[in-house]
Amino acid sequence: MPLFWLRVALCLYGVGLVYAVVSLWGGRPALTRIMLPAVGLGAIFHLVAIVEYGMLGAVVTPSFLHQGESLLAFLLMAFFFVVYFRYKTASPGVAVFPVVFLLTVFASAPSTLLISPSPGVSNRWIIIHVGLILVGYSALFFSFFASILYLVQERNLKAKLTGGGFWSRLPALAIIDEIGYKCLVFGFPFMTLGLIAGSIVAEARFGSRYFDDPKILLSILMWVVYMVLLYTRWSAGWRGRRAAYLAAFAFAAAVLAWSVNTGWHRFIAP
Amino acid sequence: MNFQLIGVNHNSAPVEVRERLAIPETRLPDAIRSLVQQPGVEEGMVLSTCNRVELLTSSNQGSDLRGFLPLYFGVNPDTLNSHIYEFKQRDAVRHVFRVASSLDSMVVGEPQILGQVKEAYAVARGLGAVHSALDVLLSRAFAVAKRVRTETAIGSSSVSIASVAVQLAQKIFGSLNQKTVYMVGAGKMAELAARRLMAGGVGKILFSNRTHERALQLSEAFGGDAVPFDQLHETADRADIVLTSTGATGFLFRREHGERFLARRRNSPMFFIDISVPRNVDPEMARLDGMFVYYIDDLQAVAAGNTAERQKEAARAEEIVEHEVERFTVRIKSLAVVPTILSLQEQCETIRQAEIDRIRGKLGAITPDQEAAIDALTRGIVNKLLHTPITTLKSSTTEPEAATIHDIIRRIFNLNLNNKRPNK
Repeated sequence: MPLFWLRVALCLYGVGLVYAVVSLWGGRPALTRIMLPAVGLGAIFHLVAIVEYGMLGAVVTPSFLHQGESLLAFLLMAFFFVVYFRYKTASPGVAVFPVVFLLTVFASAPSTLLISPSPGVSNRWIIIHVGLILVGYSALFFSFFASILYLVQERNLKAKLTGGGFWSRLPALAIIDEIGYKCLVFGFPFMTLGLIAGSIVAEARFGSRYFDDPKILLSILMWVVYMVLLYTRWSAGWRGRRAAYLAAFAFAAAVLAWSVNTGWHRFIAP
Repeated sequence: MNFQLIGVNHNSAPVEVRERLAIPETRLPDAIRSLVQQPGVEEGMVLSTCNRVELLTSSNQGSDLRGFLPLYFGVNPDTLNSHIYEFKQRDAVRHVFRVASSLDSMVVGEPQILGQVKEAYAVARGLGAVHSALDVLLSRAFAVAKRVRTETAIGSSSVSIASVAVQLAQKIFGSLNQKTVYMVGAGKMAELAARRLMAGGVGKILFSNRTHERALQLSEAFGGDAVPFDQLHETADRADIVLTSTGATGFLFRREHGERFLARRRNSPMFFIDISVPRNVDPEMARLDGMFVYYIDDLQAVAAGNTAERQKEAARAEEIVEHEVERFTVRIKSLAVVPTILSLQEQCETIRQAEIDRIRGKLGAITPDQEAAIDALTRGIVNKLLHTPITTLKSSTTEPEAATIHDIIRRIFNLNLNNKRPNK
């Protein structure tokens, strides 16, 4: 049943995907009016699916990995709506909707993964670890995308382009900047605590061996870049191009950390 | 009467060219004097604003304004020629009307231009460079501008440079609350912009001017702070928006200043609005991350997006102008026959007086009543005889054979005028 709700959500997210593609293509889409209710409804069904999964028993199963993707997609949607209601801009949707759609596609696909986690790994700690990290990822994604929007808007303003199209409806430069910065500040504790939670689990289970895992190393690298990003922003007011490069670097590390070993840590895999 | 106009404006020439031709207020009388000393030029005036430099003359046979312009400014004629427009006669009249009515403005309908034309006219008139034909033309132009303003809504939703600046500032800063504006220099345009920015909600305004008293006056009027001009570079980083409109001939703000400001502001963006010609802000500064520099020309692009509504009103205004050009052309042509009519009347009056004097001796003593009767009789005859030639002359001005008719009448009545022929 949760899979059914997830697939309903996927269809509704499809509207958002079309909106994003049409927006990037140029003209103002007539979809704008139905886009928000559609993806909003999609997010609600998505939440239903997640809750039902949770009620089936929070056990770490092969489909748990898919649950990670599903949860990340849902968190991104939640971020989108928070930003939308706070700043009255749907611009991040252009990047958020395709990513959410893809993540949901993976999450709703029939499970083919056969690996299972080592028995005895504390479920609760893993859920906390994954949940916190995913909130951090979502924040980082938003921050990264905001820095790209910042670059685009900065370039528009410098090139003195004030014509029509999606790019001319971007929020003010200062607002984009604020979205990026607030997401960064918001996500940092989650990312930090998530990494600490993961370390506690791994340390308890495997000792110092877990440092050999490329995923762990990438995660630590990402966390360091994240911290540098925050620090340069806070102390020197780095924004625009330099901040975008750093955010892109952190984001790339995060994506790599996410995808290395197809999601599971090497030390967990058999 | 030959009207001739030559110039450059925001459409024909970029700011780089215009700033080389701009004439500061102090040098305006000198420019006008040089202009009217040109061979053939009888009257002349010079209009120099941020957006245009125009020379207007009236002459007998026309004059070589194209040659004068590069010579006076010491600019290579080849670089200038592609940017210059030239109008003669009716086209010149139309252009003057359009400029005064703000139809040729960067932001169509903006109210400043009429004041600028009036000022240029006053300066030229004060020097005696404008006295007859141009006087008539300019007076009419002001009347036309007034008519356009009252009969169309062209100036109503006043999208001025100032409001465009506010709009751009909002694109950068979002809300203008808590933002600080720095006004460097104090022209009328800057004052208007200050008012708009205040209405837009800016938190604080700083004023700086070469004459500190002016800055003090403005700061009192707007409730801001006045900063001495020599502290400009030490204080400018306090502002988010810097509006420059000074008469400085070099750049006031260069790239290295921008770098310093950004460092002190921890890279928080700055918005420079430079409405002065020549420019006050080095374009190099715009290359820095977080520095946004807009010149007066750039504001046009933004304004263009706002003026769609006004296009309709502008079309109506153009109709009014066209109608007025027609009326004026007729009038100026009929003005050309006035000297002929006057000398015709004068000559007939001389003949009449001579004939009365000749006959008076033969009549002997006559009563004042009889004298009055003779006077009335002869006057009546003369007037009746002159009626047809005069009305023909007046009505012929709009006809193609006006010059011929004019010529014939002068020959028939043997009028040796030193006056000009009517316009061809």
